[in-house]
Amino acid sequence: MKTPSDLLYTKNDEWVRVKDNVAVIGITDYAQDQLSDVVFVEIVAFEDDELDQGETCAIVESVKAAADVYMPVSGKIIDINETLVDSPELVNEDPFGDAWLVKLELTDPGELDDLMDAEAYKNMERDDH
Amino acid sequence: MPEPTLFDISKANRRGVRYPEPDVPEADFPQDFLREELPLPEISEHEVIRHFTNISQYNHGVDIGFYPLGSCTMKYNPKVNEDVARLPGFAFIHPLQPPETVQGALGLMYELQEWLGEISGFTDVGLQPAAGAHGELTGVLIIRAYHRDRGDEKRTKMLIPDSAHGTNPATSAMSGMEVVELPSDERGNVDLEALESECDDTLAGIMITNPNTLGLFDENIVEACQLVHEAGGLVYGDGANMNALLGTCKPAQTGIDVMHFNLHKTFSTPHGGGGPGSGPVGVVPELADFLPSPVVIRAEKGDEKNAPFYDFHVPEKTIGRVKAFHGHFGMFVRAFTYMISLGKEGLRDVAESAVLNANYLRALIKDSYNIPYDRMCMHEFVVQGEWEDAPDIQALDVSKRMMDFGIHPPTNYFPLIVHEALMIEPTETETKETLDEVAQVMNKIAKEAREEPETLKTAPHQTPFGRLDEVKAAKDLILNTSLPEDYGED
Repeated sequence: MKTPSDLLYTKNDEWVRVKDNVAVIGITDYAQDQLSDVVFVEIVAFEDDELDQGETCAIVESVKAAADVYMPVSGKIIDINETLVDSPELVNEDPFGDAWLVKLELTDPGELDDLMDAEAYKNMERDDH
Repeated sequence: MPEPTLFDISKANRRGVRYPEPDVPEADFPQDFLREELPLPEISEHEVIRHFTNISQYNHGVDIGFYPLGSCTMKYNPKVNEDVARLPGFAFIHPLQPPETVQGALGLMYELQEWLGEISGFTDVGLQPAAGAHGELTGVLIIRAYHRDRGDEKRTKMLIPDSAHGTNPATSAMSGMEVVELPSDERGNVDLEALESECDDTLAGIMITNPNTLGLFDENIVEACQLVHEAGGLVYGDGANMNALLGTCKPAQTGIDVMHFNLHKTFSTPHGGGGPGSGPVGVVPELADFLPSPVVIRAEKGDEKNAPFYDFHVPEKTIGRVKAFHGHFGMFVRAFTYMISLGKEGLRDVAESAVLNANYLRALIKDSYNIPYDRMCMHEFVVQGEWEDAPDIQALDVSKRMMDFGIHPPTNYFPLIVHEALMIEPTETETKETLDEVAQVMNKIAKEAREEPETLKTAPHQTPFGRLDEVKAAKDLILNTSLPEDYGED
């Protein structure tokens, strides 16, 4: 399972790539593996929306289940990845690259401290069920 | 070979029906309404019969074999239910007939309300909702109406355990509630600490399923209901798993305020394939005035000389009508027949046998499958279709392989809190011999998963069709309306 070291992670298996005041988010390799074949991605956030940490910004649906993707940090949406509408399989193929979900301007950079680095995410305790 | 479609076997001018010469004067049909290009198949009667008989045999049902689809209670539906539902007095009446001409039907509805109330402990029951999720919506609308009626508009938070049916959060969201998910504790019960921390004056209620979707009786049910009540909220009971409780536990006495029944699960009215469900709702006295309208009442009790008189009644603060006419009446007749043929002892036997069967099967396969929350179960249990020494195998592969042995797959990937979940509900229908055979098959599949995983990955091998491409089916939708190109113009 890949866990790139330059990203930050949430316990809900989202990743965040931060550059200056802009963050890109997506779901992790572990998350796509658990979901299995993704058949549908709906980004429920729109450009210019201001969303709080923990609010739903996208829904990823696989043959097994539908999962909400939560905002790892608060921010103003500045771009959404529309290619996922026609090519949801990108979430399985390239979760950390082409399958980014939304791009946002941080409104509270302090919240980044709530996130885990790659090492902590890898060692995070998971419920075995 | 796949069965061709009716369009494939169509031959121009072939007919299934020959009409007699008309015995009334012929009239001209308006030319504007005639369509030359309407693509209807032209086939003979026996081709139609063979076609549908053939495709019916590709199917699996509880009349054909074991059907352990967890949470769906695919029990055998006694055929006497069908006989009674087809009695002309039930089958050929119209919902708009005056009450005095359909007293038998109204009497049956009244008794069914009473019996459901007796079984569950609720004082009042409404029969209208068309299915389980519809019953949930009705129940949550009743909770909303109750709070609004008291002028307590800020109560919009609905607590839902993480093991709940997906319809629970969907229902709450549709009713304008804010959904808050509650974790389960290490024994699979509602986590009381998490529950308590959400108990404030915005709490509308909780939606709770008992036994829950892990097939476990929630040991915290009484405390959970108390906490919610103390905070001013109401408790919605998802009655999907009532089959485990018949004659042994009345949900109203555990603290539930409003609950739906699934007549099509617990009381053997046929379902699957989208057939009509029925989701009556029972309530405690405080909520009786909010039931959907109308309910059936016994307006005159009757005596030795006079029959009772049944009538419709509009509850005072009703949330309104939730279904055209009076609900799925044919299902009421079947459920009523099931209840009256079993009697109270029989219904209790149903629950006890359902629980015994589930525990028996669980014990027979527990050495081959990991069982989270491994304790005495109720009418169903959840195992995991994954093994450390079979890294490529998923629950789906186990399910597909079961089909090779004439067994319908269990529910897959639900509840969501269990990885690679296989949810198994044998129901009371099955014999010990069937359960022994199923256990043997499941243990064999667990062994194959390690020794010959390819057999599972490529299953099923014995069905008319092999492994279907579920991704393609979900992703590439092809809609064919066959409408002429100029349809709808001018």
